[in-house]
Amino acid sequence: MNTSVRVHVSCDASALALGAGAIAQAIVAEADARGVAVELVRTGTRGLLWLEPLVEVVTPVGRVAYGPVTVADVRALFDADFLRGGAHASRLGAIEQHPFFARQQRLTFARVGLVDPRSVEDYVAHGGYRGLRNALAMESSDIVQAVIDSGLRGRGGAAFPTGIKWKTVHDAAASPPSALGSESSKYIVCNADEGDSGTFSDRMLMEGDPFCLIEGMTIAGLAVGAEQGYIYLRSEYPHAHRALEAALANARAAGWLGADVHGSGRRFELEVRLGAGAYICGEETSLLDSLEGKRGQVRFKPPLPAIKGLFGRPTVINNVISFASVPIILERGATYYRDYGVGRSRGTLPIQLAGNLKYTGLVELAFGVSLRELLYDYGGGSYSGRPIRAVQVGGPLGAYLPESQFDTPLDYEAFSAVGAMLGHGGIVAFDDTVDLFEQARYAMEFCAVESCGKCTPCRIGSTRGVEVLDRIGAGIERAKNLALLDDLCETMRHGSLCALGGLTPDPVVSALKHFPEDFAARTAGAGG
Amino acid sequence: MQSLPLKPPRSRIHAADLSADEFAAVEAALGAHRGRPGALLPILHAIQDVLGWIPPGAVALVAQDLNQTRAEVHGVVSFYHHFRSTRPGRHVVRLCRAEACQALGARALEAHAKRALGIDFHQTTADGAITLEPVYCLGNCGCGPSLLVDADELHARVTPDAFDALVRRARGNGA
Repeated sequence: MNTSVRVHVSCDASALALGAGAIAQAIVAEADARGVAVELVRTGTRGLLWLEPLVEVVTPVGRVAYGPVTVADVRALFDADFLRGGAHASRLGAIEQHPFFARQQRLTFARVGLVDPRSVEDYVAHGGYRGLRNALAMESSDIVQAVIDSGLRGRGGAAFPTGIKWKTVHDAAASPPSALGSESSKYIVCNADEGDSGTFSDRMLMEGDPFCLIEGMTIAGLAVGAEQGYIYLRSEYPHAHRALEAALANARAAGWLGADVHGSGRRFELEVRLGAGAYICGEETSLLDSLEGKRGQVRFKPPLPAIKGLFGRPTVINNVISFASVPIILERGATYYRDYGVGRSRGTLPIQLAGNLKYTGLVELAFGVSLRELLYDYGGGSYSGRPIRAVQVGGPLGAYLPESQFDTPLDYEAFSAVGAMLGHGGIVAFDDTVDLFEQARYAMEFCAVESCGKCTPCRIGSTRGVEVLDRIGAGIERAKNLALLDDLCETMRHGSLCALGGLTPDPVVSALKHFPEDFAARTAGAGG
Repeated sequence: MQSLPLKPPRSRIHAADLSADEFAAVEAALGAHRGRPGALLPILHAIQDVLGWIPPGAVALVAQDLNQTRAEVHGVVSFYHHFRSTRPGRHVVRLCRAEACQALGARALEAHAKRALGIDFHQTTADGAITLEPVYCLGNCGCGPSLLVDADELHARVTPDAFDALVRRARGNGA
């Protein structure tokens, strides 16, 4: 064979954790031993995590996938002529036709798992930078209007309309750079501090299609007149860090970033900054303080970051997926994007299936799909084979939902109507071995560990919450302590400065409301 | 950044607190990042990436260089879980405690890890091989329980047996 066959193996962190690195090495070694020319391409993951390590071979009839592949399978795959799509027990055919994938609506994640995340050329060949090209020919106010018209709402969890935020920054007066250490009069900041358990879509996108985020942030810079952007990335994501640094260097070298973006005469610079393991820095004002080199403590609002943000300048701060949804809106138009979804939740949501599910991974769908469809049709039920008893949606501050609420559609308003929160789209399933008392206690404990300490309800309330729950668990003055817990949760909900203290009661109260049987005294106590 | 005229030479007041290697690491971090806006976190990361922790002597040096008080720099170091004020073992194992991993047995794994190593979180085994730390999500929520060894070695679906094997390997590695 004189032309080499392209073989794709993921370099996504989850795929690596499941052994993709060893598979890639084994394929190269076996190809060398057999004198076969193989071009190994490391991509992101397709998001079917139970099939990782997944190997895709580019054949004349399209990509043929094999998975999950073990190192012991590699020799047999060569024997089976997998480089031409040969038959093997792990052969899956085309991933696009896999039931988990075929019904998805991949707009934001269209390229993840498909392209080489380090290659600008590959990105452009798969439709990348079309949105930015369009934006460069538009008035800044028209870019902002397109984002408003698309109906895009912040994907980080708060669901604030992205375009409105951009308009505020667009309309804010740009002050001249001062000696305060700021080099730009307005800023674009990406919140890549994806700290919610059960969420990994930001990570997947940054590792699998980082140029999409870079393009979205560049468009934001054009829209509001900012020349400097920062990606605030959590330090727990070393693989995403490497992927972003490589992509930024390549985008700069190809003229898509820097003093003259794609020959337009417009400047946009972008830099990655690492967080340092503080959940609170996912809160936007804490994040800004952290970027400024301080303790990540929550700021009072107003002023909003859009008026007075990073280094006191007007700042657009959005989640990774919010920015990554912008290129397709500018490429295909606001209507194209808005036509997906229901009610006031427009477009698609990259949903993450996590925890105790058989088929976990990324499912991008228009808003409106029910939790039950996701848990059973996509997720295949529990990983353990036991009944699913509770589901937590929206991270550690999200409510625990019982089976009676599994028909709730994924829609921001529908979730708030049942006292829950869609958040960043993470779904964590628990089987019937879960102890909701322990989960409620953990919610308070987590808040105590991660509180920034600025406001009393969160800082002290969370520690008192653990103590009150421990007394309930020990059967000490039960009625009195349940009333106290209720009162404490009310105080935290209404008296906290930000969502950490304000929403920690949600998992606690929902656990108690829907699973009261778990709150019976677990050790012999005084009763009450 | 300009030095203040009355500032004593930093080598004289702080060299005693730091080894030569530590002093060099702090100087290199300051040299690489001191001019950047919001330079403190990049500086602290650069120090910890080389030394594995932020020695107390480094706090004074960084504070002086950035014209901040030691209290301010200490406040930042102590605020963030990632930064260590004590020297870690040869390997750091960060065990995920978050909900998605709990749904797959992280609580039992945590209990096993503490028992097997004979230490609690934020402690180091007597042989200096392993420091155990909690982490709240590694973004590997589809295939937990998860843990991270050192900078970037992520593990999925970690069972107690797999944990023991990891620890044996880490100990065998020495440095």
